Amino acid sequence: MRRPERPGGSRLKPTPFDYSAPGSVGEVLALLADEEREAKVLAGGQSLIPMLSMRLARPGLLVDITRVPGLDRLYADASGALHIGAAVRQSRAADDPVVRDGWPLLAAAIRRIGHPQIRHRGTVCGSLAHHDPAAELPAAALALDARFVIAGPGGTRTVGAADFFVATFQTAVAPDELLTEVVLPPRAGDGWAFEELARRHGDFATVGVAVTLRRAPDRRTVAAARAVFCGAGPVPVRLPAVEEALTGTDAGAAALDAAASAALAGLMPADDVHATAAYRREAAAHLLVRACTLAWERCS
Amino acid sequence: MTTDLATSDPATATHAAPPPLAEPSGWHEIRLTVNGAPVTAQVESRLLLSDFLRDRLRLTGTHVGCEHGVCGACTVLVDGEPARSCLTLAVQCAGAELRTVEGLAPGDAPLTPVQRAFHECHGMQCGFCTPGFVMTATALTEQPQRPDAADVADALSGHLCRCTGYRNIRRAVCQALDERFADGPAGRGE
Ligand SMILES: Cc1cc2nc3c(=O)[nH]c(=O)nc-3n(C[C@H](O)[C@H](O)[C@H](O)COP(=O)(O)OP(=O)(O)OC[C@H]3O[C@@H](n4cnc5c(N)ncnc54)[C@H](O)[C@@H]3O)c2cc1C
Ligand code: FES
Ligand code: FES
Repeated sequence: MRRPERPGGSRLKPTPFDYSAPGSVGEVLALLADEEREAKVLAGGQSLIPMLSMRLARPGLLVDITRVPGLDRLYADASGALHIGAAVRQSRAADDPVVRDGWPLLAAAIRRIGHPQIRHRGTVCGSLAHHDPAAELPAAALALDARFVIAGPGGTRTVGAADFFVATFQTAVAPDELLTEVVLPPRAGDGWAFEELARRHGDFATVGVAVTLRRAPDRRTVAAARAVFCGAGPVPVRLPAVEEALTGTDAGAAALDAAASAALAGLMPADDVHATAAYRREAAAHLLVRACTLAWERCS
Repeated sequence: MTTDLATSDPATATHAAPPPLAEPSGWHEIRLTVNGAPVTAQVESRLLLSDFLRDRLRLTGTHVGCEHGVCGACTVLVDGEPARSCLTLAVQCAGAELRTVEGLAPGDAPLTPVQRAFHECHGMQCGFCTPGFVMTATALTEQPQRPDAADVADALSGHLCRCTGYRNIRRAVCQALDERFADGPAGRGE
């Protein structure tokens, strides 16, 4: 995160805003619809509050959604799908036995976010709605076929992961809408891995990859493969060529080489202060090989 | 928990209504618990918890370094879990139970095992980062099971220290954990 300027050595201070902690989704939506003052959702605040302090965001009203009854629900429904409400903190999701057993890729991705001090307050849905291109959870959500439940003035709609992430810091959630929950279908038996390169433990990924692999009934070949990169573009990047290079193979050295080549050819990351595009591409290909190896071992 | 804050410190005082402001800004009354003592205060919505603790309650043991979540100096326990007070608004803490470094060994109370370990292992030099480390370490010792080495490293990675090189801080935390979990997970090291 960029170091803020502090003219005259003054403290960092947000511009004035009002705060409300409503008790229902309906009230949240009514406040977000306020046209007089720009209202913004406040979840864990771990991305929004630094932006307020640096005055990169100047909302008129913060709508704290963490006290809305029901939004803190985390459960597997009758069909086996996992529901994570908008107020569920990252730590709670990563430590939940249901999540660890059924969606270990999600738990692993969460544990790569910052530090426990951040994850105790930051929410799963907040990270997805914020959509930093280097963030882990958007890539994990796309790898896990997440569905996003969005409530707005016109009612509630559900958006698939492929359509949810629109651009850097932009999602399908409009300013007057609320992401109420994210839903992950059951993925029993899939092998998984989340590998990333970060400058220090806890930093955002310079580049990273979420992989899931499924064994065919013969147990020797890959029936289905999914690889999604973070830090490699404005949205999480899924490359069909990588997945085709793995599907139907024995996930051996030749297949991993082909997948790595497909990643090198297909990824178009940007240069920035942290790494050049060429370095990111190279690192991504290595991480992909490592992740595929781990995921194949973890297939049941 | 003793409540000696009540006599010496404004923490338990009900803060009077604030002076009027030039620009419109929402004020809210919050009630919370700080180091075991009930606190009622009028706070501006934009007041950070770190500034509330330091400037309003005069609990200046919570240090402020980067003010954007990176250094960990401002870490306090919110409902038992370490969190950045610079990334929390005071108004979000209505109803919460807060603990700061002042609450660990108030008055003449003996140092806690974590504080003692930092002393004995030389886990600090200038001391700027220490309150944050101590609060994170305190939460580690309060877990039901002994956290493993990876969990300890993960928790400590949330703090920057420009002096010590971290080795003595890690030794101190390990010593406190050894003491706390000496008799197995249920043992109390005190
Ligand atoms: C030191 C530090 C290190 C970090 N490291 C990482 C890292 O390595 N990887 C990583 O991914 N993240 C990292 N983060 C960010 C962290 O994951 C945040 O918790 C997360 O990005 C935002 O979640 P939140 O609940 O705190 O959301 P907030 O900060 O409250 O909100 C973020 C944005 O999303 C909007 N929003 C939140 N919830 C909703 C909702 N339900 N519906 C609609 N809009 C919503 C808000 O209006 C705001 O614009 C780090 C943060 C810090 C301070
Ligand atoms: S002052 Fe809060 S993390 Fe640095
Ligand atoms: S002892 Fe000086 S910063 Fe840690």
